[in-house]
Amino acid sequence: MSKILVGLKRVVDYNVRVRVKPDGTGVVTEGVKMSINPFDEIALEEALRIKEKGGATEVIVVSIGPADTQQQLRTGLAMGADRAILVQSDAAVEPLAAAKVFVKLIEKEQPQIVLLGKQGIDDDNNQTGQMLAALWNRPQATFASKVELDGAKAKVTREVDAGLETIEVDLPAVLTTDLRLNEPRYVKLPDIMKAKKKPLDTVAIASLGVDTAPQFKTTKYEPPASRSKGIMVKDVNELVAALKQKGLV
Amino acid sequence: MAKILIVAEHSGGKLNPATAKSVTCASKISGADIEVAVFAASAGEVAQQAAAIQGVKKVITVENAANAEPLAAVLAPQVAALASNYTHVFAPSTTFGKDLLPRVAALLGVGQLSDIMAVESEYKFRRPIYAGNAIITVEAPQDKKVVATVRTASFEAAGQGGSAAIEAANVSAEIPTHTRFVTRSAATSGRPDLQTAPRVVSGGRAVGSADNFKVIFSLADKLGAAVGASRAAVDSGYAANELQVGQTGKIIAPELYIAVGISGAIQHLTGIKDARTIVAINKDAEAPIFEVADIGLVGDLFTILPDLEKALS
Repeated sequence: MSKILVGLKRVVDYNVRVRVKPDGTGVVTEGVKMSINPFDEIALEEALRIKEKGGATEVIVVSIGPADTQQQLRTGLAMGADRAILVQSDAAVEPLAAAKVFVKLIEKEQPQIVLLGKQGIDDDNNQTGQMLAALWNRPQATFASKVELDGAKAKVTREVDAGLETIEVDLPAVLTTDLRLNEPRYVKLPDIMKAKKKPLDTVAIASLGVDTAPQFKTTKYEPPASRSKGIMVKDVNELVAALKQKGLV
Repeated sequence: MAKILIVAEHSGGKLNPATAKSVTCASKISGADIEVAVFAASAGEVAQQAAAIQGVKKVITVENAANAEPLAAVLAPQVAALASNYTHVFAPSTTFGKDLLPRVAALLGVGQLSDIMAVESEYKFRRPIYAGNAIITVEAPQDKKVVATVRTASFEAAGQGGSAAIEAANVSAEIPTHTRFVTRSAATSGRPDLQTAPRVVSGGRAVGSADNFKVIFSLADKLGAAVGASRAAVDSGYAANELQVGQTGKIIAPELYIAVGISGAIQHLTGIKDARTIVAINKDAEAPIFEVADIGLVGDLFTILPDLEKALS
């Protein structure tokens, strides 16, 4: 029995233009479309492909969030995950606390691979996978663009600033996904029906016995400084003149 | 008083300029002692370069054959061991720092701040979330170490001319063997580095093919500029992944940024909004890139770029 644990975070949909509340206490999330974090969708797709090639026997999707997060887990089940676990928390959970929650689930499920997106597109932290690997005392292969399994090892190609880097890690390990690892499949209607019958367990975060109290305090939300609109030029000559005026060419 | 450890990023015996930018960020904490740690198989050359950065008080070298490649699992326990003498641990928010520092933070039992763009005080920082659509002010607990990555586009590199002492350190940490370096395919284009170049020419989906991307390279070479690309262009296979600019690619702050055939998705704009001057060339007059461009030109890139090159001759 070789399992893959996949983290799915519920986030404001990629296409929504997020706005700061006028009173600076947060961003507007009421009535906004919520989706699976795109990097996590890639993580799930990779897990499903590994299973389809015989590299795993079970794919479990996990999320930490409010009750509504069941929607994203059901989508994960419709994509092909075998079962789901919702660690219910109405309060936001920082990456270190999320990593601690995953450690608890790992102790119970004993997965060979934990696949997570490299970052949530909400907080843009890019931390949970690395923190989990540290607490679990196992390898991490972050920003993966190619994963090749070879028995008890994985060869992972990573997108780094210099280009591509390949590392080899012993399993079990934590992998985090970059954009070009794969293209997630579309969910078909019959799969949505089937997903309704798949097991989805809910666990209260408090029952796990981990410290999830936030360490950081966000005191202010502000919109970014906007760039003032510039000038339009009508041809290349005007463009060059404008660049010269700014001393740029 | 703050005592800040900055983990140096380097490769091939050269210190990455992101390190000097992290020093500038650290120097915004008034009265802070700033020290740079160089983890390497042989740290000599890099340590010399780090010692020359203005504002660095001491350079600590940790030499070990296992440190030949920057593997987070190998470095993190050593950084965590060294961190006991410091109040803050910083690294640049590059793929190196992003991979390493959360692992360090977890080993220290603390959270981490990502991409700090401004220092309000010793324990108070500003950072972007939602692809830069919101900027938050965050307070870290004063009874814990602050572990943070620095958004390098927000800080100028600290100057040269310093002469910090260099000291070798022995750290006692268990170094794992479960993670091994295999290979790295570094781009060797001979062009300036995208992350630090003062001029950047980027191409988007409208460039249309990998072959067509030569018009971007050609203009870049004319200007002595680095080449970048939008996510759409990289996803379509027109340009290599390391050229991607944006929320999940590189965040850059050149003097001049020329966006060619890039519509300007928010995820791209977040990577360029610190550019001094943005020039947009696009055939769609409604493209959002024109909302942020300092100079916009509507038209066909395949006629404009050759004309522009000629005009610059």
